Amino acid sequence: MDHPAFVQHAVLLSLVLFGLGTLGVFLRRNVITVLMCVELMLNGVNLAFVAFSRAAGTLDGQVLVFFVMVVAAAEAAVGLAIVIALHRRRDTLDVDAFRLMRG
Amino acid sequence: MDAILFYACAAVAVGSAVVVIAQRNPVTSAFALIVTLCSMSVIFALLGSPFIAVLQVIVYAGAIMVLFLFVLMLLNVRREEDAPGRGGRTLRGVALALVTLLVLQAGAVLVRVPAGPAPGFDASTRRMAEVLFSPHFLYVFEATSVLILAALVGAVVLAKKEL
Amino acid sequence: MIPSPAVQQLVIAVAKIAVVVGVLLGLFSLMTWIERRSLAFMQYRLGPNRTGPLGILQPIADGIKLFFKEEVMPAAANKVAFLAAPVVAVSTALLAVAVLPYGPPFTLPRLDFLPGWLWPEWLKGRTGQIQIAHVDVGLLFIFAIGALGVYGIVLAGWSANNKYTLLGGLRSSAQMFSYELALGLSFVGLIMLAGSFQIGDIVDAQAGWFWRWNAFVQLPAFLVYMVAATAEVARIPFDLPEGESEIVAGFHTEYSSMRFALLQMAEYINMITVAVLATNLFLGGWHPGVPGLPADGLLAFAWWGAKVAVLLFVFIWMRGTLPRFRYDQLMHIGWKVLVPVAAVWILITATEVAIAGR
Repeated sequence: MDHPAFVQHAVLLSLVLFGLGTLGVFLRRNVITVLMCVELMLNGVNLAFVAFSRAAGTLDGQVLVFFVMVVAAAEAAVGLAIVIALHRRRDTLDVDAFRLMRG
Repeated sequence: MDAILFYACAAVAVGSAVVVIAQRNPVTSAFALIVTLCSMSVIFALLGSPFIAVLQVIVYAGAIMVLFLFVLMLLNVRREEDAPGRGGRTLRGVALALVTLLVLQAGAVLVRVPAGPAPGFDASTRRMAEVLFSPHFLYVFEATSVLILAALVGAVVLAKKEL
Repeated sequence: MIPSPAVQQLVIAVAKIAVVVGVLLGLFSLMTWIERRSLAFMQYRLGPNRTGPLGILQPIADGIKLFFKEEVMPAAANKVAFLAAPVVAVSTALLAVAVLPYGPPFTLPRLDFLPGWLWPEWLKGRTGQIQIAHVDVGLLFIFAIGALGVYGIVLAGWSANNKYTLLGGLRSSAQMFSYELALGLSFVGLIMLAGSFQIGDIVDAQAGWFWRWNAFVQLPAFLVYMVAATAEVARIPFDLPEGESEIVAGFHTEYSSMRFALLQMAEYINMITVAVLATNLFLGGWHPGVPGLPADGLLAFAWWGAKVAVLLFVFIWMRGTLPRFRYDQLMHIGWKVLVPVAAVWILITATEVAIAGR
């Protein structure tokens, strides 16, 4: 646990996870999978917060991780409720099917 | 010993994240995401934050992903098909992700991530509680409880068949 | 030739794991026999009494039978998930086993009459406790593993490609995580009183007379815990997800032979874990209720074991006595009765602690 390089490698890992999450948000066609990739991005951010909090010595980063988790839970709940409502209307979960607001 | 565990969990996390974005079946993606979340919990513990590690399992892997799995299984979601005109989208997606990654990576290198824990770093639950309930964060804490209430009401209303 | 401290730690850890897992598996077989005999006596019949004296070899006969049965996998099942589900169930059950203390701290006896290679110098007089891992956030870890335990059931129910198992799996997991909330809330009062997440500290806070046990000091929390724990391990009266008359066999319909045995083992290990947790947290652990009674060394283990045995018998007793709840009644109790009671009790305990601490 005192390995000094952990913090830097953790930040790199968080970059990779965030990048993969972004890729998933753009590539996937199922709404629920897109939401899952957003959760992946949030996790990458959490890891960065924890790593930097360890480097800085304060606990503000960890408390922010706590709040990010709370917000992610709320967002997942409401997002999935919206998904259920969408499925009930159109019987499909394809992102391309919901294009009424496209410019 | 800790180093082996750290890099092994990092490899598992990246591997299952790739499965999340690459697998056609959303249920497989969900289970792969659970694996990612659990390996990240181990990494949090290795970074000296046991409270956040346990919270990650309880909240993310134990509650949010169960919710995802429920919705997937109840809506009986099938495998995705390939979209028409997929080639262009893939390329754009890959390019955008790579650019984002590079920009952020450059930013990280410039900021020069410091090494190792700062002296006096103590992320035990007691210290976390002291910071969380200090006047600095107390208002935010109470506000998140209101947020959860709003999300609860919103989710119930949105998912109802008729109001 | 004294081995290095790292090797010593490793040997002791392996020994602890061997003892705990061995005792658990033995207890699992014994529990199946005790349960069948006790239920039979409660129902005015005899139960297994042919295999061996008093039917004591019945678990072995069951094991041999299950071993030789054919392993059936439904053709349209998701193979990886079908195979992984019992593994996940047992893994989470065993993970929770790792952080519980199974008895008091003790010192190993000197036993100087044994040869040096059998009982080496570095073991004599060493103090320890049968607890495989000392985690800083012990109780929270158990809560987290309980949250992960839902996945074994969800995987099992979904992978078999059968509408009954899917419904059974979803119902069972909904039941599990609904009662997990009440379970977690019932712990909060104990943590506040003891001031620590570690189970050893909570046990030590109950030393002394038996009215200092948390079962009396925190009676509502104890009652909420017992109800929530019974629902958490899906025992009667909360076993609708596996009730044979309702939904065939619920999420484990399609499992046969050793995979079924693994799922049953996971359920019994969960039950034992919950009973051990209740003993440690609410019934004073290894402290006898009366300060004068002899309670050192093996006797402390005996007190602890007796309490766990009583709790396990209470689980069997409930199975033989109570009818099962309907699903909407089950969800009603979990959300609308247990959670408010636990939350109000936390408020009362917090007020008490704040006033007393002033």
